[in-house]
Amino acid sequence: MERFIFYILAVILIVSAIASVSSKKMLRSVIYLLFTLCGIAGIYFLIDYNFLAAIQLTVYAGGIIVLIIFSVVLIHHIEMELEVAKLSKKIIVGLACAIGLGVFLTTIYSHQFNVVENYNSVTTEQIGLKLLSYEDGGFILPFEVISVLLLAAMIGAIVIAKGKKMEDGRPKSEVLNEDK
Amino acid sequence: MILSINIVENDIFNMLLIAAIYLGIFSVAGLFLVLLERKVAAWFQLRLGPNRVGPWGLLQTMADALKLVSKELTGTIKADKFLYNLAPYFVIISSLMALAVFPFTQEFQAFDINIGIFFLIAISSIGVIGILLGGWASNNKFALIGAMRSGVQTISYELSVGLSLVTMVLLTGTLQLSEIIEVQKSGWLIVQGHIPAIIAFMIYMIAGTAETNRAPFDMVEAESELGAGFHTEYSGMKFAYFFLAEFINMFIIAAIGTTVFFGGWLSPFGITESIPWLGIFWFLGKTFALVFLMMWFRWTFPRLRVDQLLTLEWKYLLPLNLLNIVLMALIVWLGLTIQI
Repeated sequence: MERFIFYILAVILIVSAIASVSSKKMLRSVIYLLFTLCGIAGIYFLIDYNFLAAIQLTVYAGGIIVLIIFSVVLIHHIEMELEVAKLSKKIIVGLACAIGLGVFLTTIYSHQFNVVENYNSVTTEQIGLKLLSYEDGGFILPFEVISVLLLAAMIGAIVIAKGKKMEDGRPKSEVLNEDK
Repeated sequence: MILSINIVENDIFNMLLIAAIYLGIFSVAGLFLVLLERKVAAWFQLRLGPNRVGPWGLLQTMADALKLVSKELTGTIKADKFLYNLAPYFVIISSLMALAVFPFTQEFQAFDINIGIFFLIAISSIGVIGILLGGWASNNKFALIGAMRSGVQTISYELSVGLSLVTMVLLTGTLQLSEIIEVQKSGWLIVQGHIPAIIAFMIYMIAGTAETNRAPFDMVEAESELGAGFHTEYSGMKFAYFFLAEFINMFIIAAIGTTVFFGGWLSPFGITESIPWLGIFWFLGKTFALVFLMMWFRWTFPRLRVDQLLTLEWKYLLPLNLLNIVLMALIVWLGLTIQI
């Protein structure tokens, strides 16, 4: 049963990943990418790692894909189609992909994967404690560093969105309304 | 799809049976929510409302559904057919998936996942993709404007829904819905958490109403300016999917509110504790009270402008919510909760 579901998910993943890069319509590519990400979430659910699966759905499927759709919808018209790449570019990309795949496959086949006995699912509480622990193996430092990074990104976004100070004679409220 | 993976222990027949029962119950329940909305609207506007089909018009929405099923599916030639057809399924599947995790009584729960609330938030963040797709693929400017508004609105208010639920998770210490109800045997969470819990509940109801795109936050399908918004080009059954999803989402928001704030299937003061199957009536009673509250909003407040909508979320609800989490953390830390 699990094997069966794994193969279904794998087929969905591979087919939609290929469709995503080969589709000529931009928004369709995004949707195929969404299917790929949902398939990965499905695999996390399959190995009983619910927390990561929900993170995958919220952050990637619900967050990043929505932002990508937003940017595509803003710049792209429904009748536009993407250009087909030149043959030389296709060959270079194909070679790069083949090399990447080769590295992955050799790594996977050169290691022995052991079956874990009596595996317990990780609870959210354990993740939270680990994330905030400052003892050995705790993640408090990376956690704080990432939060500082996000804060910097947020301040940067606000500064960019705020724009220049009023100098071209328009009332300030008008500029503010545009920003919203 | 993802739901079925986790209950691999059950055999396939059971899974299909449960899925079919849930689908049956909730599509009919969705229809009756539509009827309830029309009756409530009529009541608020001093009219009679539907009263011709069946006693008190009870079969009106059934007749409407039959009409919608039998209608021709029209579409525009210049639409992106694949995405246009995919969009309604996105919306309806994501809202039906959320229904699986609710504990209607102690036993009546399809899927007791250990990250319950987080799963609900994750699923609800996918539904908006369907609306964005539908609006864009219709190749209609009103639909596109409606879809963009919906995206902005849902992304903004999702934060408030999530944070107000996190405030309550501080009290329960677990994300699993069945355990959250277990915690409430010593008092519903809105009583246990008193002031911050009431603030969180108010924020949750405002943000929840906004997330279902209902009035006064129905910028998405503002009839007077956008035609019908993102589903302008849809007809027949595909339109019905959007429509049904909106009502099921309303039910979901009310059901989360019931589970997290009002004790789910627990009866007030434990008066029917000896008869466990009565839980479903308490659950549905509380849920419909919250649904009624949302309908009350709809027929009372005028529609907000887009800038007012975003100001409300980012300048008022979000800072208030963050302060509220700190307040709740302090109360839990100092042990100031009310335990009955």
